[in-house]
Amino acid sequence: MVKAIKLNDADNVASVFDTVQAGSTVQVLDKRGNSFEVVVNQDVPYGHKFAIAPIAVGQQVTKYGEEIGIASCSIAVGDYVHVHNVESIRGRGDWAKAAEHGAGKEGEA
Amino acid sequence: MSKNGRYIYMGYVRPDGSVGTRNYVAILPAVVCVNEVVEAIVANTTMTQGIIHHQGCCQTPPDLERTTECLIGIGKNPNVGAILIVSLGCEGVDTDRLEATLRATGKPVDRINVQELGGTSAAIQAGMDKAQALIREIAQIQRTEVDLSRFTMGIKCGASDTTSGIASNPVIGYVADKVVDAGGTVIFGETTEFIGAEHILQRRARTPQVAADIKRIVDQMENRAKAIGVDMRKGQPTPGNIKGGLTTIEEKSLGAIVKSGTKTIEGVIDYTEIPKGPGLWIKDSPGREIELMSGMAVGGAQVILFSTGRGAPQGFPVVPVIKICGNPITFERMSHDMDVNAGKITTGERTLQEVGEEVFEMLLRVASGEVTKGEAIKYNKSMDFYMLGPVI
Repeated sequence: MVKAIKLNDADNVASVFDTVQAGSTVQVLDKRGNSFEVVVNQDVPYGHKFAIAPIAVGQQVTKYGEEIGIASCSIAVGDYVHVHNVESIRGRGDWAKAAEHGAGKEGEA
Repeated sequence: MSKNGRYIYMGYVRPDGSVGTRNYVAILPAVVCVNEVVEAIVANTTMTQGIIHHQGCCQTPPDLERTTECLIGIGKNPNVGAILIVSLGCEGVDTDRLEATLRATGKPVDRINVQELGGTSAAIQAGMDKAQALIREIAQIQRTEVDLSRFTMGIKCGASDTTSGIASNPVIGYVADKVVDAGGTVIFGETTEFIGAEHILQRRARTPQVAADIKRIVDQMENRAKAIGVDMRKGQPTPGNIKGGLTTIEEKSLGAIVKSGTKTIEGVIDYTEIPKGPGLWIKDSPGREIELMSGMAVGGAQVILFSTGRGAPQGFPVVPVIKICGNPITFERMSHDMDVNAGKITTGERTLQEVGEEVFEMLLRVASGEVTKGEAIKYNKSMDFYMLGPVI
């Protein structure tokens, strides 16, 4: 079974240690080795994140116990979490750069 | 090791009360122009380390002051038991102040002047003779039991990959928390890596002034880049970062900051300064290895923990550097450079806490004299001081 890590007890996302296919079960470990299982809803590439708790639109996405952004749409447990459903609170530097070159939201997956 | 609930290591207690994990004679070139003399002295002696930097002349007055302060900091580093200053004779560094300040620490200090001695070969001979006397003097110092509260650790990440933010950096954060809990001191830097998460870092500041200082050093670092037409915030996260799984600039910066652990930030110190007390401190410094590790050594770091994913091999002349590799493939491929395989977290073989404990135990052993892989093969020459102005 593919393993993932929840880095802080407050986190609502976990990072996978291998690429996982939609529908497969992932074992989520915390830093002490406690674990639980989550079925992922989409493919999640190596090192990327998925939700381990539901995250409503506008709610904080938490990794390392801190906010890494806010949900731009409703995120269910097992959903792949990345640029398609998370917005930076500090502004997206890559969008600013793309807009400067008239290329629109280039960074959006 | 642990004793009566306290963590202890075996260190060299210096006349100023600081404690070394190594016992070196530092051969300090007052200026880049005498580096060959320093290298020749080091090649022909034992227990010596050359501080091969590239500053000390034809710089702006603030940078010359900075170089003098950095050399003082290296000489004061507790891993240095004695100092031989190699002066050319016409350098911009304040060599008299360097010598007087280092003598005030109570450590044995000597000095040679290449121009007065009649050139390179004469200076090498005089330098070897003086180094020999210093070596024999400090070789008499024995290691004694010291509490971990008298310990300063530097931390760094370099040649990072996806595993850095989810394995090796969190491991260093775990160890940093343990060192602070034991009453020790931790220095972290890489101001450029705070960009985008400085507001989160500010929440960990001891006082509003410390929070303001964090903002100030990030702004200064950004403005220096802007002055030459570079906006460091733009283009972050990079397309490569996004492909690697980093969603926002906050996440990218937090992945580096996580190695500082979770403790309160006591203060922000300048590149040439030493922490003003125990606990966690930020040193205003760039991310590049050589300048960052020099800044840690100037700040009194006795050991540096270094996290990597792709495999950064370098050490530092007077400070042991423990390499913690988050990528299990890199660890196998570069097993002669990497000390700890934090990649076992990613394969599910070990928990973060288990690897954190393994690194903490190794930290105490290295502080007590165990040789790192990099030290064993002398990968410890690369260093330089971080300057602000142009070369003139």
